[in-house]
Amino acid sequence: MSLVHTSAAELGALIASGEVSAVEVAQAHLARISAVEPQVNAFLHVDAEATLAQARAVDARRAAGEALGPLAGVPIAHKDVFTTTDMPTTAGSKILEGYRPPYDATVTRRLREAGLVILGKTNLDEFAMGSSTENSAYGPTRNPWDLTRIPGGSSGGSSAAVAAYEAPLSTGTDTGGSIRQPAAVTGIVGMKPTYGGSSRYGLIAFASSLDTPGPFARNVLDAALLHEAFSGHDPMDSTSVDAPVPSVVEAARHGDVAGLRVGVVKEFGGDGYQPGVLARFHESVELLESLGAKVVEVSCPSFSTALPAYYLIAPSEASSNLARFDAMRYGLRVGDDGTRSAEEVMALTRAAGFGPEVKRRIILGTYALSSGYYDAYYGQAQKVRTLIARDFEAAFHQVDVLVSPTTPTTAFPIGERADDPMAMYLADLCTIPTNLAGNAAISVPCGLADEDGLPVGLQIMAPVLGDDRCYRVAAAVEKALEQRWGGSLLSKAPAL
Amino acid sequence: MSAITRDEVAHLARLSRLALADEELDHFAAQLDVIIGAVARVAEVAADDIPPSSHALPLTNVYRPDEVRPGLAPEQALAAAPAVEDDRFRVPRILGEEA
Repeated sequence: MSLVHTSAAELGALIASGEVSAVEVAQAHLARISAVEPQVNAFLHVDAEATLAQARAVDARRAAGEALGPLAGVPIAHKDVFTTTDMPTTAGSKILEGYRPPYDATVTRRLREAGLVILGKTNLDEFAMGSSTENSAYGPTRNPWDLTRIPGGSSGGSSAAVAAYEAPLSTGTDTGGSIRQPAAVTGIVGMKPTYGGSSRYGLIAFASSLDTPGPFARNVLDAALLHEAFSGHDPMDSTSVDAPVPSVVEAARHGDVAGLRVGVVKEFGGDGYQPGVLARFHESVELLESLGAKVVEVSCPSFSTALPAYYLIAPSEASSNLARFDAMRYGLRVGDDGTRSAEEVMALTRAAGFGPEVKRRIILGTYALSSGYYDAYYGQAQKVRTLIARDFEAAFHQVDVLVSPTTPTTAFPIGERADDPMAMYLADLCTIPTNLAGNAAISVPCGLADEDGLPVGLQIMAPVLGDDRCYRVAAAVEKALEQRWGGSLLSKAPAL
Repeated sequence: MSAITRDEVAHLARLSRLALADEELDHFAAQLDVIIGAVARVAEVAADDIPPSSHALPLTNVYRPDEVRPGLAPEQALAAAPAVEDDRFRVPRILGEEA
């Protein structure tokens, strides 16, 4: 098995034992990136020399006898929405083209401290707004399973990089499904931790009450190792949870669902869901039963209004957060010819620097927050948010975890929904309730849809700070399915 | 009846400091009409007695000790600025002519 096909856990062990160096591992991944990037376009920035310098530093720390973590020397692709002092940080937007932040995000800093080697920054929908990565100002990323299709979004560069074996691990952020949906449609694992479980410091804000950093990996254990490496309380983030990180690695090592109460969310399924997605989902539920779980149907009636509530709350927060892009202190400035006022320059810059989806959401959010509409839209959406949290609370009195398909369909063709925002928004139908309530959820591969041979994801939702439960169930599902398949789902992907 | 008119979208764009072209306004007005029509479904939920949630977790404001800590050096803070003069951000005029 080549180094690029090796798991993060195994790479970490190989490097720790001295069988391979971090430099060799980095070189193998840089070669893979050179070979497949022309087709995939997962990265916005790769700097081979800087990558090798990081790898050499890890090898030197190890040679000096320093005790390093389990992922030291393992390469990672980093979503270009986390600030990095040594690499550009664009959030996929022209308004931040070439921007070099003066500080590292907490997630970035913790990756460095854990000895992870950052290969580069990955493509995303502009400011993480989208479900396809087509909203990037730097061109779409392509799904390694089928290059004519989307890799999901907004963290589509990160999902594609891992699925195309350009990196064993990557970071993402999940505001309405932006980790779980890309993971599902590329056949990998993606986890949205409990809100506040991972730091937002240095994460370019989209919707602050929803944004959650999380890991991508090709298997459940690797995702847990990365989760543990960058999570935990951060005094620099005032909404960071001051509690120990749930024991996710332990859970991922001991997948087990015997006696576990599993709830199937009644509201997710039926019209609008692809038959092949539902078929794989129902098989997964049967599998859980055969592994000893007790399955019941659970009703969460407010979930049906989660999507409209989200598309009021998230754009409202975005319209406020993105006001900081004012052409004054950093980023693009357009039209400053000495005759125009700051306000005119601001409006010209924002019109030139933001793409259509960002503009739509800023206008929608401004509308939902304006006097006269506030109570009917933003205020009412916040009440629906309470009802969704109550539905989860009631459900978790009955069951230990909830399951659903991660997305209603498999990866759709690039361009299909690009000019139909409402169709695009439906991709996040099953993932949004978790963001509104702040609890944990994971997507794990559960097979290929019969219609198109593309990956389907199983979503496992757990209570707030029940992140370990997601990993425990996902690991059990992964183990049973890989036995059935004779390998990982991703090993069935066509070679690039 | 449309949920939002082109004039309203133009007004919101001005409030949002977005100098949109006419074609963009036409396009967005039609799309936002569909989106607002869809999100208005939140109104169907009977929620009169339900308290709003602004946030997922019940967190209260967090304060840190009021201690002096090192910040960015001027050259770091100004490194990404579009225009700089005398160690300061140089910006277009912010007051009207009469000021």
